[in-house]
Amino acid sequence: MGEKYLMKGNEALGEAAIIAGCDAYFGYPITPQNELTAYMSKRMLEEGRVFVQSESEVAAINMVFGAAGAGKRTMTSSSSPGVSLKQEGISYLAGAQLPAVIVNVMRGGPGLGNISPAQGDYYQATRGGGNGDYRLIVFAPNSVQEMADDVMDAFDLADKYRMPAMVMADGMLGQMMEPVEFKEPKNKKDLPAKDWALTGAKGRPRNIVRSLMLGGTGLYEHNEVLRKIYAQVEAAETRYEELETADAEVTLVAYGSASRACIGAVRHLRAAGKKVGLIRPRVIWPYPYKALEKQAEKSKKFLVVEMNLGQMIDDVRIGVAGKAPVEFYGYAGGWIPTVKEVVDRVNQML
Amino acid sequence: MPKGKVVINKEKCKGCELCIAACPKKVLGLSEDFNTKGYRYSTPLHPEECIGCGFCAMMCPDVAIEVYREE
Amino acid sequence: MKTVYKKPESMTSATTIYCPGCHHGIAHRLIAEVIDELGIADHTIGIAPVGCAALAYDYFNIDFSETPHGRAPAVATGLKLTQPDHVVFTYQGDGDLASIGAAEILHLANRGFNITTIFINNAIYGMTGGQMAPTTLEGQKTTTTPFGRDLKVHGHPMKVSEILSNAAGVAYIARGAVYDPKHVMETKKMVKKAFQNQIDGKGFSMVEILSTCPTNWGLSPLDAVEWLKKNMEPYYPLGVKKDIDQEQ
Repeated sequence: MGEKYLMKGNEALGEAAIIAGCDAYFGYPITPQNELTAYMSKRMLEEGRVFVQSESEVAAINMVFGAAGAGKRTMTSSSSPGVSLKQEGISYLAGAQLPAVIVNVMRGGPGLGNISPAQGDYYQATRGGGNGDYRLIVFAPNSVQEMADDVMDAFDLADKYRMPAMVMADGMLGQMMEPVEFKEPKNKKDLPAKDWALTGAKGRPRNIVRSLMLGGTGLYEHNEVLRKIYAQVEAAETRYEELETADAEVTLVAYGSASRACIGAVRHLRAAGKKVGLIRPRVIWPYPYKALEKQAEKSKKFLVVEMNLGQMIDDVRIGVAGKAPVEFYGYAGGWIPTVKEVVDRVNQML
Repeated sequence: MPKGKVVINKEKCKGCELCIAACPKKVLGLSEDFNTKGYRYSTPLHPEECIGCGFCAMMCPDVAIEVYREE
Repeated sequence: MKTVYKKPESMTSATTIYCPGCHHGIAHRLIAEVIDELGIADHTIGIAPVGCAALAYDYFNIDFSETPHGRAPAVATGLKLTQPDHVVFTYQGDGDLASIGAAEILHLANRGFNITTIFINNAIYGMTGGQMAPTTLEGQKTTTTPFGRDLKVHGHPMKVSEILSNAAGVAYIARGAVYDPKHVMETKKMVKKAFQNQIDGKGFSMVEILSTCPTNWGLSPLDAVEWLKKNMEPYYPLGVKKDIDQEQ
């Protein structure tokens, strides 16, 4: 630790996962996250851990289900169309209360789309994607450093709450190279013991991993358990950053690669004497509604910048609760905002 | 007068040399210059030897070759 | 002078995105020649895979569909059963057909629907940058088998044609190669039979074509041919694996 490496986002995330103690990685090739699968194919074997290139993304998420059921730290990664394939498995993980980490290096959609960066999977990640009422803790890094930090936190929080967690990167973050310093992993003794895991029923009552609860009120009660856990997560795990928001007349809201241009735009506009700020969620579920609620008391207007046709804007509108107008600036299909584009768009609002 | 004639579309050629290897009469070879994509392209270096067998066209993945033969 | 060879009508004039020496181009040409010779272009529908040939529809003058990765046999089923008089073929790589699409191709072969599949086996994932495929050979280095394919870690290479030949609905399965004119001619006969079988209503037909991937193998096109002959052909023997016409 303490050493700085120049690494590609995909590879830095892989190394961080290994440092966090990932026991098993299952993945399938898909651009733009192939470097992660390739990195794990080498490093996991070097560390004596489990690596399988599965036959498909569906198989990979089910291999994760197995490893998670064994109480191991396990991860899979893919990109948008492949993450679509994982939705059934993710719902099962959530229903069975299995910790796991899923990485989505987003690309343009819908369908096969293209291989350029995008943020079109926000709804999929935060509004279920799979069937039923479940939530994922969804991290939103905007740099190689944050990709590394977030995946380590994802493992910890997944274990802490017994639920799957997701790291939402995109093609630009996955491909870019930036300096990264790997932090010390958290002591696993601080996390709850995995006495529910399928390690063999010798000397203890048997464990069953299941999401099926057929008779009577079983599923109703189970969903109440989930409801409570999700409320705990919402109360404790909201994360966001604020930049120059104290007196902002226009507040930008953005995450991931879109936020990088917004940071530049805030600096540029402030240098020109304009009162602009940015709220950058670091976790998009749970969402920082309270931060937006507070900001809506101060700010006249909000501008949501996303690399899609408008998805996170729904959450911004919920937080702002009608107290200020919320505008949208964004395109799908591989568009990445430039500082100039955001500055021009904000200037239209000032 | 050679029995066969090979016409190669130099812009379609990617210089893979499959045709050159397949030619039983060693008619073809890579050009000295490049096409606009930067490939050295296959070209008849010894057109007088061509028997119009069509092996070159049979190998070409880029459909860059037309072959003709005397009746 | 008479024309010995010119571009098949069923091929467009587009320059393909395939690498120099990639055998996809030869396979495409053979399919187009067969479609021309059988006179079926106006009622043939092709199905493109996810892989290097994802844009195959840019190279054929016939109706074409994309599909999600591996699902071509299912899409073909939908297209064929609703238009049984049309000729429907899938064109799939080793990842598309043998990895993610393993269930779909197994069920199509077992159902025996009148569909033709052309299966390009180049022992690697091309489009995504050279990862292991189900057909990658033992010891072969790829971006996800950096130490070489280890049977204990990565399992055995898959002999798709042999495995599928056991499915009850199969009318014809053959494995060819296109690395020299002799093999091009033999494989073209296989492709023609696979299409003729569909026209004659005989059941599911597939031709597996051993192919090179010079870029991801790290070899020149000609060296790649030698590698294929030396390494792939012994493990994946050429020839007819099943033919109901021979069994009668």
